[in-house]
Amino acid sequence: MRVEQIAVFLENKSGRLAEITATLADNGVNIRALSVADTADFGILRLIVDDVEKAKKVLKANGFTVGVTNVIAVEVADRSGGLAKVLKTIEKAGLNIEYMYAFVNRSGENAVLIFRFEEMDRAIAALQQDGFTILSGAQICAL
Amino acid sequence: MTTLYWEEEIETLPRVGLESIQLTRLKHLVARVYATVAPYRAKMDAAGVKPADIQSLADLQRLPFTVKDDLRDNYPFGLFTVPMEQVVRVHASSGTTGKPTVVGYTKKDIKTWSGVMARALTCAGATSRDMVHNAYGYGLFTGGLGAHYGVERLGATVIPVSGGNTKRQITIMQDFGSTVLLATPSYALNLADAMAELGVDPKSLALRVGIFGAEPWSENMRDEVERKLNIKAVDIYGLSEVIGPGVAMQCLETDRGMHIFEDHFLPEIIDPDTGEVLPPGEQGELVFTTLTKEAFPLIRYRTKDISRLIHEKCACGRTMVRMEKITGRTDDMLIIRGVNVFPSQVEHVLMGVEGVEPHYQIVVNREGNMDTMAVKVEVSEALFSDEVKNLEKLTRKIQADIKDLLGVTCKVQLVEPRTIQRSEGKAQRVVDNRKI
Repeated sequence: MRVEQIAVFLENKSGRLAEITATLADNGVNIRALSVADTADFGILRLIVDDVEKAKKVLKANGFTVGVTNVIAVEVADRSGGLAKVLKTIEKAGLNIEYMYAFVNRSGENAVLIFRFEEMDRAIAALQQDGFTILSGAQICAL
Repeated sequence: MTTLYWEEEIETLPRVGLESIQLTRLKHLVARVYATVAPYRAKMDAAGVKPADIQSLADLQRLPFTVKDDLRDNYPFGLFTVPMEQVVRVHASSGTTGKPTVVGYTKKDIKTWSGVMARALTCAGATSRDMVHNAYGYGLFTGGLGAHYGVERLGATVIPVSGGNTKRQITIMQDFGSTVLLATPSYALNLADAMAELGVDPKSLALRVGIFGAEPWSENMRDEVERKLNIKAVDIYGLSEVIGPGVAMQCLETDRGMHIFEDHFLPEIIDPDTGEVLPPGEQGELVFTTLTKEAFPLIRYRTKDISRLIHEKCACGRTMVRMEKITGRTDDMLIIRGVNVFPSQVEHVLMGVEGVEPHYQIVVNREGNMDTMAVKVEVSEALFSDEVKNLEKLTRKIQADIKDLLGVTCKVQLVEPRTIQRSEGKAQRVVDNRKI
């Protein structure tokens, strides 16, 4: 029930993000979602892609520092209150979110929320118990 | 202006008299060191030279050099020539692998030191009527205490204010009427800027002269200090191995060079590559032999500082040779806000952090008047995390470890792999952007 996410270290200098996306595009890797965490000195780019292994290989070959982490993808209806409901479950369970980001799928009906928790297993259990749909990597790629 | 001297007779002695004193002291020193310190004896035996071979000052060249590694190899007290019960004080400087260089002083050494410091202060025109603001750091560093005892010896009033707390320093200057400032030149500029911020006019202070050392500084910086603080700025030289501050001092009559107190410290200028003594006036590595120190004498100690000796007569009447302002180093030592930093020390810290690869670069800048040091570290996969807090924790740890070992606050900057310049297959470890 986990999705593999690619994380890339970014120095704060112009053009780095463009180089990453160009590298992925040249190798036919499709980006499904992304977020950038930035500080004054560096950034971390987080990507959900359709081919994790290939993305990792081509980015490394181009000199980037790449890490693969597991995240949880929760599908909710793209309506007001969709995220709030999920967060209520998380709060109730006393879970700590390390970071999160979201994207809307192609049909536009549903939104996908990407979460990273300190306690991943407990988070999955709590979300499932409250009836949320958790997507696998394959399901995300198929969206 | 009448020149003031602390010890007029010796300071103005004709060269022939001075050289005769030097030779007597040198012979005595070599005999004593040979008899009491095994590492020196071993080196002299290996070089095939005996104390009796020293018959002229030129014979000094037959003696082997002493280098910083000799001090480290005999850490902490292996090169002391007297029993510890005669040692009344120790000082230490930071070492490249965490082991500091330790120096010791007998009662007589402390007296010698305060004497040369009193001479240095007098060179700058200080007298017993002065209020001396000593902003050199107190502690293991020789700067603070070395200057302190010199001021007391002179009979002036010492304000042992040490470094930091700039606002309070300015208040003290105003309220106590400090007339002489002892500090690193960069701290002096810091004080000047703080005064400007606080709206304190330097002309309203009693400050007359500043004695600056412990880090390299340019003539431009001298002009800036003089203008901003409305004082005369003079240069002092010293290093803990030789004694501390008070090895050489600029007088008020010249802007060119510092008088070396040659009756205590015998200078040579050598070619750093061949070790040959260079002809008078040539630029090279400065080497000192301490003629009078008891606890921790040095024979031909290589300072790694680049200078030249000025033999022309000085207008002040002192006959002691002058050394030019230090123009560089023969090694990769950096001086950051008065603290000696070797790139190998930074490397040592980085290697102690799991996952850090030996790809780093030290970038030194001068922002305003303060030296800043940034350490760039390449982020390997082992170090990388998708969470900001983990990477920030890492930079804070490296920062804290460097501060612990070196006493210098630096900025740690994470960079992408293979982005640190490598020249000829070897990384360029230091980028010094300061214009000194």
